[in-house]
Amino acid sequence: MKHLITATGLVLATQAVAETPVLNVYTYDSFATEWGPGPAIEEGFEAQCGCDLKWVTAGDGAALLSRLRLEGEGTEADVVLGLDTNLTAAARDTGLFAPQTVSADYALPIAWSDDTFVPFDWGYFAFVGNAEDPKPANFRALADSDRRVVIQDPRSSTPGLGLLLWIKAAYGDEAPQVWADLKDNIVTVTPGWSEAYGMFLDGEADLVLSYTTSPAYHVIAEEDASKVALPFDEGHYLQVEVAGAVAGSDQPELAQAFLAYLASDAAQSVIPTTNWMYPAVTPEGGLPDGFTDLVTPAKSLLVPEGDVPAMRDAALEEWRAALSQ
Amino acid sequence: MLTLEALTLRQGDFTLHADWTLAPGARLALIGPSGAGKSTVLASIAGFLDPEAGRILWEGRDLRGTPPGKRPVAMLFQDGNLFPHLTVARNVGLGIRPDLKLTAADRDRVSAALTRVGLAGMEDRMPGSLSGGQQSRVALARVLVMDRPLLLLDEPFAALGPALRAEMLELVSALCDDTGATLVMVSHAPEDAQRITGLTCVVADGQAAPPVDTAAVFADPPQVLRDYLG
Amino acid sequence: MARSPVAVILGGAVALAVAALILGPLAAVLWHAGGAGWPSPSDWSAVRFTVWQAVLSAVLSGALAIPVARALARRRFLGRGVMILALGAPFILPVVAAIAGLLALFGRNGVLNSALAAFGLPGIEIFGLHGVLLAHVFFNLPLAVRLLLEGWRAIPAERFRLAAQLDMPPGAVFRLIEWPMLRQRMPGVLAVVFAICLSSFAVVLILGGGPAATTIELAIYQAFSFDFDLGRAATLAVLQLIMVTVAALLALRLARTDGMGAGLDRPMAIWTDRPGLRVQDAAVLILTALFIAAPMVLLVIQGLPALVQMPAVVWSAALTSLAVALASTGIAVLAGLALALPRRGLYDSIAMMTLAASPLVLGTGLFLLIRPFAFPGNHILAITAVVNAAAALPFVLRSLAPDLHATEDGFGRLADSLDLRGWARLRWLILPRLRRPLGFAAGLAAALSMGDLGVIALFPPPDTATLPLQIYRLMGAYRMEAAAAASLLLVALSFGLFAVFDRIGRHADT
Repeated sequence: MKHLITATGLVLATQAVAETPVLNVYTYDSFATEWGPGPAIEEGFEAQCGCDLKWVTAGDGAALLSRLRLEGEGTEADVVLGLDTNLTAAARDTGLFAPQTVSADYALPIAWSDDTFVPFDWGYFAFVGNAEDPKPANFRALADSDRRVVIQDPRSSTPGLGLLLWIKAAYGDEAPQVWADLKDNIVTVTPGWSEAYGMFLDGEADLVLSYTTSPAYHVIAEEDASKVALPFDEGHYLQVEVAGAVAGSDQPELAQAFLAYLASDAAQSVIPTTNWMYPAVTPEGGLPDGFTDLVTPAKSLLVPEGDVPAMRDAALEEWRAALSQ
Repeated sequence: MLTLEALTLRQGDFTLHADWTLAPGARLALIGPSGAGKSTVLASIAGFLDPEAGRILWEGRDLRGTPPGKRPVAMLFQDGNLFPHLTVARNVGLGIRPDLKLTAADRDRVSAALTRVGLAGMEDRMPGSLSGGQQSRVALARVLVMDRPLLLLDEPFAALGPALRAEMLELVSALCDDTGATLVMVSHAPEDAQRITGLTCVVADGQAAPPVDTAAVFADPPQVLRDYLG
Repeated sequence: MARSPVAVILGGAVALAVAALILGPLAAVLWHAGGAGWPSPSDWSAVRFTVWQAVLSAVLSGALAIPVARALARRRFLGRGVMILALGAPFILPVVAAIAGLLALFGRNGVLNSALAAFGLPGIEIFGLHGVLLAHVFFNLPLAVRLLLEGWRAIPAERFRLAAQLDMPPGAVFRLIEWPMLRQRMPGVLAVVFAICLSSFAVVLILGGGPAATTIELAIYQAFSFDFDLGRAATLAVLQLIMVTVAALLALRLARTDGMGAGLDRPMAIWTDRPGLRVQDAAVLILTALFIAAPMVLLVIQGLPALVQMPAVVWSAALTSLAVALASTGIAVLAGLALALPRRGLYDSIAMMTLAASPLVLGTGLFLLIRPFAFPGNHILAITAVVNAAAALPFVLRSLAPDLHATEDGFGRLADSLDLRGWARLRWLILPRLRRPLGFAAGLAAALSMGDLGVIALFPPPDTATLPLQIYRLMGAYRMEAAAAASLLLVALSFGLFAVFDRIGRHADT
């Protein structure tokens, strides 16, 4: 008898689930973990949509795009969240995305008008070091100094690619020389951000390629103000993370609703202390404390998305050549 | 009746011929110099070596293609006759059912066989805890329960001292009396052959000669045997 | 069971399944790409570097293993058994933990550099080709030592007795007795280490120091993720597969008794000795013990403080990893047994292929194959267990093969004459005789599966994680201390699993 009741309950529950529309959101792994924004955003959106939000994750933004390309038209994704401005051109070229209709008062350092992608957070790449140490003010000063730097591989890491485009955007044809000068400062090139940041914390390097927002984590989560980002006077390369609705989605309204929710205050106020990036829209309560006294670059650098593919291939070759000497 | 019919055995460059029969219940010693092929004859009867030519027949039936375990043969090797990881009772029990699914009656048979070879009550011992002579007795108990009409011994007692070896051969002889089995054994020592076998086959120069009366052959050994005996 | 048609068919089916698991995904990627691609010049330089570092790693590990194995072979001392056991540790140490341990020893703030600085000496730098080699020697020296130790043990004691009787000097003993053994065994040892280092990924990237130290696997990553050139990624994967398989086959052919070295506890007798030799052996053994043990001790010191306040998800990830590792062990041991029983070279060789599979191409191909029927992310734990099992197969097979051969050689005829076939032969002869290597192999498979990030990183499930994935997640969320503690837990669990299985193998039913 007891089993019968359980079984009936299961059947009913399954039916209930079956009737709830499911929204598949593809994102990168760290977004959906318990420390990322995922859980709060899922809870908030499900409370208003009467739907079941399901995260489907890939390793990082680049892997996310690869996954989408592999699946093509047959993808079950309704929304893709976590591409950045270096990937949007390739993402757009797939033709898999639907136009978006979200309008919001974006607090981005650049004007945002994009009919496909909704920005949800942004940040500047920067070198992070210890407060009491010397702080070179640009790449040339860094190259002349004895500071030990750990960076990431542009072929396998988002910040790694960001640095490549940063130096290219700042120095153009002189980029190879800058890399050559930096060579003796670079301790090693790690496959991903985590390994590099871990090495920096362990004292293997004086500086690590990360974000201007990284010190906020240490201030807010650890009450440790000893980590700082170095302002560079060439300007800092900008990363804007975006989401887009998939054209072939069987839940187009839900997808658009989710994009709108992503730009809403409920989601945006979660972003800073979970994804450790600037929210795309300033929350009503303002930025959290640790975010207000961060380094703000004098100049924002960003390669137009259409120029990224050609430029990154050339920059990668220069990088490889300079550092392989 | 065991028949080796125009048999040619080959191992690499070595060849051996035999063409003779052995009456049921007979006891035959294969004797001859090392490397003459005594073990090869046993291996072919047991099914470990396919004849190059000719046939091996048991009761008129060609044994070719019959795997070793399906032949009417129980065999003891020079060494490694027991599985060291199984108890005495299980080692013997394998002779009744290779999957060791033994009935109570089977287990009684095992115990009876152990008693017969003088190892009553040793069922649960491991082979490693037994003396060499006791290990041989376990193997013989298994031969007993296998109840095969043809017993092949490839010098299983070679490592034992002379007195113990003699004792084992007496036991073999008694077991053959019990079961009426035909015995073919390899021997280095003429006294072993003289002790229990009525017939002797001289293996030398690529020939396993037809069996002859043991007493007669030792009374007047052929040249090859004389060379071997020295 | 051996040589029986059932065993051959069963082994063949498993071999086919393994081949399909490795080649199927590759074919799927090629098919999706619409054909193979041609590697770029930088890909070729990655191929060259991969081979070069693997050659150097093999030669160094092999050469350094000679004095260590020699000293271990001829000395009795307190803790000798422990040392031989500990020599197995680096092999099953998760890569992420090993790198952390090596950095704690050789890094800028490491123990060694602190000591050097205290004496006013210049520090050493771990990053670069030499860092890669150092790490590879750390992983593979113990393996090489164990393989050579077997060689020393196989030299009949009578030869050393004769040498002593003739009052041969140590040089002559080496030249006349030990060198011939080394000449036989060393090629196999070199090939094994070479094959393992060919497919090394994280070590080379993290310690390599820059793009000059790029491996084929990163070239595959670039082709796949950066350029989305699946054809080129597949070509590179094929190249890697061919190189590693050839090296592994060479190892198989050259390594004479090619066990993994289970149970080498008895020292050999020694009659020729000199005080100088004693000092040399002591120095070699102490240095080796320090080199192997120090990174692990430092790992414990680093991770211990955070161990008490580990997030709950770490514990649940640990349970998940345990379940995956146990499932993977079951699959690996059963498949290894099925492949080993028929004793066919072809089946052996097929198992060796798994050493060479590119995780990225394997994962992508599996995704392409599974996607039409199911969502790979929903079954990722099962997929991880299967892929981890496949990765452990070469080592499982190498552990089982020598004892299986010895069993068949020693008892095959008796079993045949008793008509012991099929299941009965397996149950009453082979399994009892293989208990030790089975325990050892199961321990190896469990530890390797426990520590390997594997394909799960490609399809990380949002609601669950294995421990290695959880460690990466903690690191990605700035929680480096918790990650260090979780790494320590991972190491403890890996070693624990190995020790439990190995013990079961040693003590069961005896």
